[in-house]
Amino acid sequence: MSIYRFSSPSTFYPLAGKLIPVFAALSVLFGLAGLYLGLLVAPTDAQQGEGYRIIFIHVPASWMSMFIYLVMAFWAAIGLAFNTRLSGMMATALAPTGALMAFLSLWTGALWGKPMWGTWWVWDARLTSELILLFLYIGFIALQSAIDDPRRADKAGAVLLLVGVVNVPIIYFSVKWWNTLHQGASVSLTKSPSMAATMLWGMLLMGLCFWMYSIAVAFARVRTILLERERHTEWAKAVLAGETK
Amino acid sequence: MTIYWNSLSDFIAMGGYAGYVWGSFGVTALIMAVEPIFVARRKGETIRRLKRQMRNSDF
Repeated sequence: MSIYRFSSPSTFYPLAGKLIPVFAALSVLFGLAGLYLGLLVAPTDAQQGEGYRIIFIHVPASWMSMFIYLVMAFWAAIGLAFNTRLSGMMATALAPTGALMAFLSLWTGALWGKPMWGTWWVWDARLTSELILLFLYIGFIALQSAIDDPRRADKAGAVLLLVGVVNVPIIYFSVKWWNTLHQGASVSLTKSPSMAATMLWGMLLMGLCFWMYSIAVAFARVRTILLERERHTEWAKAVLAGETK
Repeated sequence: MTIYWNSLSDFIAMGGYAGYVWGSFGVTALIMAVEPIFVARRKGETIRRLKRQMRNSDF
């Protein structure tokens, strides 16, 4: 048995179905632990008071908005290079969740910026590049829905994803490259964290919660896309015959 | 691992940032509750439609 077997839609469909409850349960567990640490245990911030607690969703949402885009671009590249069916469907299934994460990043950022900077929004490098990320997600969804043939929609979407991927490092490094109102990275691989351990753990647990959530929702969405696109195959007909709806 | 807050009202007030903090957590919770419902509903609709098409093509 090889892992390539799972790239076949007929094996991936039941596998994803089994994994969804696992990822959903992990998301709930990480979320409860993260909320407990972030909202109930973590001490206040010396400069920002209790308003800083927005970090426990702002940072995870922002991480996921960038990470989901990178995963979509990865599947786009695989799909273009190897012409695999499932990769395009994975990108399509991830897009709405990525768009929601980008929206949440901007929304929580605005609610954090108002009390701390005195403004909901500035045309600053970090904020503007994150807004462009949201537009890339919306553009990808709109482009795919405008093309009737799903295989061509996959290809067109893949090209858009690969062109737009340059925006992700721009978002990530924007706080270093340009003068910005936005504070620098909260967590860095090269420096030891400057924040209290409970704050750091709260943030990481919330990050895991958002990650597991995204996988669960994307798997649920890709199963519907799989059934729709493979409806003429024997395995899809067997699945549909077994559904009681 | 002690609870940081002295009272429930302190917790809800969030040191004067209640609107900003709960506005962030509330909208996030709402989206993460509603998105799976939409996905599940879409799945149900798709299955019903495909089953109908399958039945119709038998004739």
